[in-house]
Amino acid sequence: MKKHGSEIAMEEDKPKITRLTDGAGSDIEVAGQWRLIWLKFRQNRVALFAGWVIFFFYGVALFCEFLAPTLPTVAQPRLTYAPPQEIGLFIEDETGQRRFQLHVNGYAMTVDPESLRRSFTSDPANIIPIGFFVRGEAYDMWGLIPMDRHLIGPLDPSDQMNLLGTDKLGRDMLTRLIYGARVSMSIGLIGVISSLIIGTVLGALSGYFGGWVDLAVQRLIEIISAMPTIPLWLGFAAAIPLTWSPLQVYFIITLIVSLLAWTSLAREVRGRFLSLRREDFVTAAKLDGSSTGRVIFRHILPSLTSHILAVTTLAIPTMIVAETALSFLGIGLKPPVVSWGVLLQDAQNIRTISSAPWLLIWPSLAVISVVLAFNFLGDGLRDAADPYDS
Amino acid sequence: MLSYIIQRLFLMIPTMIGISIISFAIIQLPPGDYLTSVLAAMADSDVNFSDEQIAKMRANYGLDEPMIMQYVKWIWGIVSRGDFGYSFEWNRPVSELIWERMGSTLSISLLSLLFVWAVSLPIGIYSAVNRHSLGDHIATFFGFLGLAIPNFILALTLMYVSFKYFGQSVGGLYSPEFAEQPMSWAKFVDLLKHVWVPVVVIGTAGTAALIRILRANLTDELNKPYVLTARAKGLPEHTAILRYPVRVALNPFVSAIGWVLPQLISGITITAIVLNLPTAGPLLLRSLIAQDMYLAGSFILLMGMLTLIGMLLSDILLALLDPRIRFH
Repeated sequence: MKKHGSEIAMEEDKPKITRLTDGAGSDIEVAGQWRLIWLKFRQNRVALFAGWVIFFFYGVALFCEFLAPTLPTVAQPRLTYAPPQEIGLFIEDETGQRRFQLHVNGYAMTVDPESLRRSFTSDPANIIPIGFFVRGEAYDMWGLIPMDRHLIGPLDPSDQMNLLGTDKLGRDMLTRLIYGARVSMSIGLIGVISSLIIGTVLGALSGYFGGWVDLAVQRLIEIISAMPTIPLWLGFAAAIPLTWSPLQVYFIITLIVSLLAWTSLAREVRGRFLSLRREDFVTAAKLDGSSTGRVIFRHILPSLTSHILAVTTLAIPTMIVAETALSFLGIGLKPPVVSWGVLLQDAQNIRTISSAPWLLIWPSLAVISVVLAFNFLGDGLRDAADPYDS
Repeated sequence: MLSYIIQRLFLMIPTMIGISIISFAIIQLPPGDYLTSVLAAMADSDVNFSDEQIAKMRANYGLDEPMIMQYVKWIWGIVSRGDFGYSFEWNRPVSELIWERMGSTLSISLLSLLFVWAVSLPIGIYSAVNRHSLGDHIATFFGFLGLAIPNFILALTLMYVSFKYFGQSVGGLYSPEFAEQPMSWAKFVDLLKHVWVPVVVIGTAGTAALIRILRANLTDELNKPYVLTARAKGLPEHTAILRYPVRVALNPFVSAIGWVLPQLISGITITAIVLNLPTAGPLLLRSLIAQDMYLAGSFILLMGMLTLIGMLLSDILLALLDPRIRFH
């Protein structure tokens, strides 16, 4: 870009302008393709905000061991279906003075004499002080570094803090939600990589060669998009042998989810190839003796990276929803794996939901905000992908 | 027109074959076959067979033939006699189990399609005519929300809200007291009280998408000179908008049958499982978990065929409406 700009300037008014040195001291602002895209994207505040939301969720997924107050497997048999606690800021000490101390109220348990169901209410007399960077359950950060510090938790590790309530085994919802972020968010990311590869290669071949290759790929896409996705996912997921390890199931589920998601990407890539393959720079590359592979991967594909990025971003939420739906139905990921879908599995019937609505609310909110954020971000990227388009 | 339809039908054949191959692949995916599970059950009750007997039974069920032959037999049975195979779990032919369920799936899907059309048409027109008004922003917001909320979460939420605030349970298609009765007016009213939940749940995403498309198309049309002419010659505003621009922008409503229908059928599957509706969804899930594979495969095949027919219908309707497509 820079070189080009300086040459034109010299041709047009030779006497006035001395030759530009690269960058330094020039009056001409130069912006490359990616900078233009960024400038355009930045104007879309909603998309920018959505980007931060996604950044936040991936941050949570990355540091979940540290961020979670305890471990997702720690059960408190005496505290099943305990409601969420509120964080209080001030406490009164014996002298009646108010001082600042983060705390939650402990639970007071009442047993219904007829149904023998336990219900918990907040007990203001039982104050549990909480704080940041406290010692708690020991864990291995990323499975490597042994640690026992948690971002937030009760000062005394034997106390209970359940900011979002507990599930049927008395496990802390907040902790499980945070751990679930790691599995659910990464499934979208890993799944999108495989559908990116399939979609780009098939779309590129189909658009570049045309003819019977195009026809075959188009038929394949048509078949896949004619199938209602959920029944097909169900069909594949139900065939996973029960004996497989959670890790194997995790990878096969990502594969199943991405098998159906590559079509939109392939369509996009094909369309761009159809319009680009007659462009001058492609002809020039061919005349220079570039091989077919080089023309496709070195010359054409880089010029549509921004479009691919946008479509990819829009494909991730589909995969997150797919994993959630499959796990919810009990044929995707299964406990002890913790994902948002697995959490929602506990909220399947109306009795549970009405007595413990937090089991439905928090995982749903997490899924919906991530999906919304990805959609807004993808829309923003798509609008910015062509910076010269008004 | 006729040649267009014939051409379109021929193009459908490879897709149909593809769908049937995928369905058959799903039938074959789980390890072992029907006989393995029967023998396991027999061995549990201390009935053992000799290898010779097993081989004979295998031949009886046609399980000893190569995969391709089994596929051809299955397809031939469907095409020639409407025989979809045998449900091992229910001990009945699949065809006896499947039609009623597919019927209710189809009716709820069609009802939802009507809902999608009825809601998105006025809102889409309003949004395009009053761009960037408060109402438009509200519609856009709810549209995004509708696209983002997965069906089953929406269904669970509606269940919770109606239980908590209206004290009414919304599962199923009928209240318990009507379930066994013959059809009557009271039962019909009861049906209406229940059926709106799945219709709203599975229709929301499609509605949101269609509003966006209609808004974009109609905005393009409204900026064209002929609309200006219509206004200049003094046509009342509603005529100027409704008579031509809306009709031109309506094409996506017809093509929507093609891409909304797979969405609806996909959505009704999981929604029906949550709400416990007597459609294909719950039976499909059950058959998959029990590895009753002919039943499961037949459901998937029929659902694929249904959307294919929907696409065909939408293409034909589009060609009828729009001569540009016919003479392409």
